[in-house]
Amino acid sequence: MARPKALVDMSQHYCPGCTHGIIHRLIAEAIDTLDIQDRTIGVASVGCSVFTYKYFDCDMQQAAHGRAPSAATGIKRVHPDTLVFTYQGDGDLAAIGTAEMLHAAIRGENITIIFVNNAIYGMTGGQMAPTTLVGQVTQTSPYGRQIETQGYPMKVSETLATIEGAAYIERVSVDSVKHIKAAKKAVEKAFRYQMEGKGFSLVELLSTCPTNWGLSPIEATDWLRENMLPHYPLGVYKDKGGEQA
Amino acid sequence: MSERVLMKGNEAIAEAAIQAGCRYFFGYPITPQNEIPAYMSKRMPKVDGVYLQAESEVSAINMVYGAAGAGARVMTSSSGPGISLKQEGISYIAGSELPCLIVNIVRGGPGLGGIQPAQSDYFQSVKGGGHGDYRLVVLAPSTVQEAVDLTMEAFDIGDMYRIPVMVLGDGMLGQMMEPVEFKPFQGRALPAKDWATTGTRGKRKRNIVNSLYIEPQALEEKNLARLEKYRQIEQREVKYEMQDCDDADIVLVAYGTTARIVKSAMKAARREGLKVGIVRPITLWPFPAAVLHNLAETAKAFLTVEMSMGQMVEDVKLAVNGVKPVYFYGRTGGMVPAPADILEEIKKIYGGEK
Repeated sequence: MARPKALVDMSQHYCPGCTHGIIHRLIAEAIDTLDIQDRTIGVASVGCSVFTYKYFDCDMQQAAHGRAPSAATGIKRVHPDTLVFTYQGDGDLAAIGTAEMLHAAIRGENITIIFVNNAIYGMTGGQMAPTTLVGQVTQTSPYGRQIETQGYPMKVSETLATIEGAAYIERVSVDSVKHIKAAKKAVEKAFRYQMEGKGFSLVELLSTCPTNWGLSPIEATDWLRENMLPHYPLGVYKDKGGEQA
Repeated sequence: MSERVLMKGNEAIAEAAIQAGCRYFFGYPITPQNEIPAYMSKRMPKVDGVYLQAESEVSAINMVYGAAGAGARVMTSSSGPGISLKQEGISYIAGSELPCLIVNIVRGGPGLGGIQPAQSDYFQSVKGGGHGDYRLVVLAPSTVQEAVDLTMEAFDIGDMYRIPVMVLGDGMLGQMMEPVEFKPFQGRALPAKDWATTGTRGKRKRNIVNSLYIEPQALEEKNLARLEKYRQIEQREVKYEMQDCDDADIVLVAYGTTARIVKSAMKAARREGLKVGIVRPITLWPFPAAVLHNLAETAKAFLTVEMSMGQMVEDVKLAVNGVKPVYFYGRTGGMVPAPADILEEIKKIYGGEK
């Protein structure tokens, strides 16, 4: 397995067993396959994803917490012939960046968001995220997430499916080879839609955080399957260009 | 030859930006600057530019960040409360060393404050506003014509030094109508934006626009390099207007529209035989400290007049450095000082009452 051209040859800072590495590879493979490396501009966010500006071998900007879709909007409006993507975690996108994500979709901004959902804030040490499951223990929900005081987990793909400006929304997972293959297709499709000018696309990737979940990598993938998949069903939530539009 | 046209300050600023080559405007409604986005929404599509009304000031400034990083001439405008929201983005823009224009048509504060003119955002504009060690170049026009000229120059200063530039007006300047002339824009010779994210186009290695330096040594190095740039700006870009200071006992210091009122008071004082001059800072950063410092040798006292509770007066005091007394007179909350009141203050200083 050769390294994709769109990934820089360097070691990454991610913890052992973390699935960010897989997702990086899927994006880089999509860039290689579509032959768009020299006209792709990526936007890194805040969280574990902050260093993505080092890892992708294309022009990159690092954005403020939650603001990547706005930065991407600025870039795309200046260079409409480029492919612009953001790489954001669930704290960044579904909490502090909710307005930016939602309104980029509402405008039908022709950008691609790669949304990594691991149900926790990783970089800051495992705090509760909007996507943290009910009952899930985190640093800031030590008794488990309580519906009464902390509400329900946010379903980003389902929410965006209601937005007219969204062209393509799919939730995938990277817990198994089968799911990774489907995820690869989804990432590639999102970029292709952008190339075709179809509008806003977002791929939500269910991902693990063994370190902050306090599990081994294998236990973490099992936990994802048993807990996240039932609450976050995989599938295409919006497809303006496809048959099931 | 260009001709003189009667224009509102806000619209004149917008037109000046377009004539200086700005093709991207990201904003959000707030009084008293609404004529700027309104004008841009009409004009930008006609010059193949982009006008985008964002969902918030926070989002708008981050669109500016993206567009500036992508190499465009780009601007936003707002007023007090909206400028507060933009501070996060301004800090990132400064940290990533990107050029852009931010127009602040100041209204009374704090909080939601009011919508009448004020100069109470001086600290925020000149001393930082957002987090971290950084500076903005802050330009303070006092007439609509000067607002036009400075807006055009702001983009060149930004591009020359890779620094965000603020045009600091107030509600009065934004709303007043005056005749203006749009002289053909004579730009400076500027360095190529070879750092911008444009896509590598197979011609170069990747560019990264970033303000994160996790190693303290690297961050200090970066900050000190920027400090060196700030020193250069302090040496080259200071602008001020000085009138009747040669024999002045009292030097009045005021900027923006307040300086026009102060000039009326100064003329009235001269008619009464009082030797009064004025220094009007045009750049608030870099501040014309040297000229005030030198005047401290000949003048007997300084009187700073502002539409605030006293902000720029601190920089005047730093420049004068205790050599002579520095007095302050201000109105706040959207109230405008009257020439008669300023004359009264001048007489108090003369009479030893202050």
